[in-house]
Amino acid sequence: MKLLTGNDLKTGDVIWWNGLDWSRFVADAADVAEDGEAILQREEASRRVNASYIIDAEQTDEGPRPTHIKERVRALGPTVRPDLTLKPADPNAADWVI
Amino acid sequence: MYQYDKYDQQMVDTRVEEFRDQVKRRLAGEITEDQFKPLRLMNGLYLQLHAYMLRVAIPYGTLNGKQMRMLAHIARKYDRDYGHFTTRQNIQYNWIKLEDAPDLLAELASVEMHAIQTSGNCIRNISSDQFAGAAADEIADPRPWAEILRQWSSFHPEFSYLPRKFKIAVIASDTDRAAMKLHDIGIQLVHNDAGELGAKFFVGGGMGRTPMIAPEIRDFVPADELISYAEACLRVYNRYGRRDNKYKARIKILVHELGKDEYTRQVEEEFAHMKELGLNPPVEELARITEYFADPAFDLDASDDLDLSDPDFAIWVDQNIDTHKQSGYAIATISLKPRGGIPGDASSAQIDLMADLAEQYSFDELRVTHSQNIVLPHVKKSDLYALWQKLDEAGLAPANLDLITDSIACPGLDYCSLANARSIPLAQKISEKFADQGRQKELGELKLKISGCINACGHHHAGHIGILGVDRKGTENYQLLLGGSAAEDTSLAKITGPGFTEDGVIEAIETVTDLYLQEKQGDERFIDTYRRVGMEKFKEAIYG
Amino acid sequence: MVEAIRFRDDEPHEEPAGSMDSFLDQSNATAVRIEAGEDVRQLLPYLERLALIEVDFPAFGDGRGYSAAQILREQGYTGELRASGDVLVDQLAYMRRCGFDSFAPEKPIDPEVMERSLGRYENIYQGTTDQRSPIWKLRHG
Repeated sequence: MKLLTGNDLKTGDVIWWNGLDWSRFVADAADVAEDGEAILQREEASRRVNASYIIDAEQTDEGPRPTHIKERVRALGPTVRPDLTLKPADPNAADWVI
Repeated sequence: MYQYDKYDQQMVDTRVEEFRDQVKRRLAGEITEDQFKPLRLMNGLYLQLHAYMLRVAIPYGTLNGKQMRMLAHIARKYDRDYGHFTTRQNIQYNWIKLEDAPDLLAELASVEMHAIQTSGNCIRNISSDQFAGAAADEIADPRPWAEILRQWSSFHPEFSYLPRKFKIAVIASDTDRAAMKLHDIGIQLVHNDAGELGAKFFVGGGMGRTPMIAPEIRDFVPADELISYAEACLRVYNRYGRRDNKYKARIKILVHELGKDEYTRQVEEEFAHMKELGLNPPVEELARITEYFADPAFDLDASDDLDLSDPDFAIWVDQNIDTHKQSGYAIATISLKPRGGIPGDASSAQIDLMADLAEQYSFDELRVTHSQNIVLPHVKKSDLYALWQKLDEAGLAPANLDLITDSIACPGLDYCSLANARSIPLAQKISEKFADQGRQKELGELKLKISGCINACGHHHAGHIGILGVDRKGTENYQLLLGGSAAEDTSLAKITGPGFTEDGVIEAIETVTDLYLQEKQGDERFIDTYRRVGMEKFKEAIYG
Repeated sequence: MVEAIRFRDDEPHEEPAGSMDSFLDQSNATAVRIEAGEDVRQLLPYLERLALIEVDFPAFGDGRGYSAAQILREQGYTGELRASGDVLVDQLAYMRRCGFDSFAPEKPIDPEVMERSLGRYENIYQGTTDQRSPIWKLRHG
C-alpha cells in the first residue's frame, strides 16, 4: 500500500493522510494507491502540510506499517526517548520500529 | 568574553525581524518551500525527522551564565525540556514550531545570541579551542581572531550562496583540541621571526563522505591582512568549487582536484589584488575585541593544594581536570556522557545548574566542546570539591573525559532525516559495556566517534575507533574504523572490513580493545599501538 | 520576462546583450551577457567600452554571480550591472552590495517586499564594492 506523509507546516509535526484529513497517527493512514501525487499537490498548495511525499507500507493487524525503518521512526518518535514518542506508556513501543 | 555593542545588537535584532517577515510570507504562501528553505537554513532551522530543529550558534563555543540560562529557558518554553550540544560547539533543539521560531530568536537576541548561519551553504559558526584563554600551552587567545571572523562572515553578501557549507576553526597552540585540520579553513595562530602574531592557514580539510586533512597553504598571514586572505580563499572557492554534484562541492574537493599548489597560486593571485581593497579592519579593532577577552581577576595567591581524600572526587580530578595557565586554578570539563545516557543531551535543569556553577565558580564563563561536553574554564582549585559535589548530585560528574565512554555520537536515525542508522543506542550500549571505571581507565585515552551516515557529523573518520552506520537492505548495519585522530597528529581512520549488527560491532570493539591491551608497550595509547602494530593484526583478531 | 528594475539614473541601454563568445568576437559591442561559470576577468580589457553587463543566475542558490559582480566593480566598471534569471526578493540586498544595480528577474518581485528588504539593515559588517562603511570603520572613525 502507499501512504502519504509530511510535516505540519506550522508545527512541524509528522502527519499522515487519512483519506479526508491529516492525522498524527500512522494507524489512521489511508492507502492512497495511485492518487498520492494529486492529493499531495493539492495539500501542499493549501499550506497545511510541508515537504510531503509518498511511501510504501504494508497493512498489518495493528494498521499500516511503513516499509522503511526511517518512516517507522518518524511514525513513533525517537526510540531513545520513549517518553517523547506517541506511545509514552508503552515500554516496548520501539520494538515496532525495529 | 565579547560583548555586543549597539551595532552587533542591531544586526541580530534586524535579523529577527527579517526572519519574522520571511516566516510570515511562507505561511501566507507568498514564497514556496523551495525558496524558503535556504532562508530558514541560513537561520539554523531544519525540517528534521520529527519536527523542525533549530541550531543556535555558540560562537567559538563560549558563553556566559545568562546565555546558558536562556538556553534552558528556550528548552522549557519552546521545546521539550532539553537541548543537544553538538560537534560544532552549538546547541540544537529538536521540537521547534515554525510559528514560534521568530519569538524564540527574539529571546535569544536579548542575550546577544542568534542562529545566524548555523546551516546553509555559507560560512558557519566559527569554532575554536574550548580551553582558549585558560590553556597553559596557548601563545595567545584565539577567540578575538574568531570574533573578527564571525563579524566578517556574518551576512557576507558574496559568500552566502557558496557551493556548499564552509567551516572555519581557529586555534593558538600546538595541541589541537578543535580538529582544526578537518575544517574547510583551519587557522593556527603563530609568531613570525619578528615575534608578530599572525595566522597559519590550512585549507581543504573536512570529514563527510570524502575525508581530507587540510594542507598548509600559507605559513603566516599578518593580523591586518587576515580578512583579505580569507576573502581570497573563499572567492576562488565560490568561483570554481563544483556545483554540479553536491557531494563534490566542498572546498576540499577543489583543493584536491586543482592540487594544493595550484589552489594556493590562485589564492595568492587573488590576495595580491584584494589586500589593496581596504577590506581589513585596522589593528585597533582586533585590540578592541581582545580587551573583552582579558583575563578575569584571578586570585594570584590561590593555592595549588587539593584535598583528594574523597576517592570519587580524586578519580574525577584525575580524569576531567586540565592544567590552567594560572597557578591555583584548573580547567574543569563537565562530561555530558553519563552511563547509558545520550551524548550531548542536557535537561533544562542541568543547563540551569551549569549556568549557576559558572557564575559561582568560573568567572561566569562556560565553553562547549566539539566532543559535546561543557567546560568551566577558570575554577579555583580550592573550589573544585564543592563544584564536584554539586555536579555529582545532578548526574553531571562522570569521570570519563577522553575515555571510551566519552563518545561523540551524532543524533542518528532517532532524530535526523539524513541518517541511515541509529547512533545513540550504540553509544548507550557501549557506555554500559565499558562502564567499569577500572576497565575504562586501563584502556586510557580512546576517542570513540559514531556517525549514523556518511555525512560524518559524529566524526567517525577522526575516531581512534570510529563507527559508521549504514543501511543494509533496510536494516541498520555498522562499519568499524580504526586509527583516526582529530588532534595535532591528525589522521583518518580506515574501515576494518565488512560491517556488523549492533551487537556485533560492540563485540568487535571488545576484540580490538583486548588486542590493544595485549600488544600495548609502555605508555602507548590505543592509537599509538594501532599505528605501530598496523591494521592487519586488528583485522585478523576481528574477522579471524 | 518582466521589465528590469533599475537603480540607475541613466537611460536604459538599448543594445541587447550578446553572449561572451560573440562579444569577444566583435570589436564594438557595448553589452554582454555572462553565464555562471564564465570567467568575468576576460572582460577586463573592455570595461571602458561596456555599458551593460548582464550576469545570469541559473538558480538562486548558484552564487558565482556575486563574485563576478564584485570583480567587475573592483576593477572599476561603472556601467549597468544586471542580475537576470532566478533572482528573488530575498537575494536583492546582497546583490546590491556586490554591485548589481539592475535586476531582470524571471518572476515578478513585489515592490513593497523589495523596499522593505533593501532598507532593512542599517549597517554592514564587511566592506564590499558598494563602498558602504563597514561597522569596524564606524567604530574606529
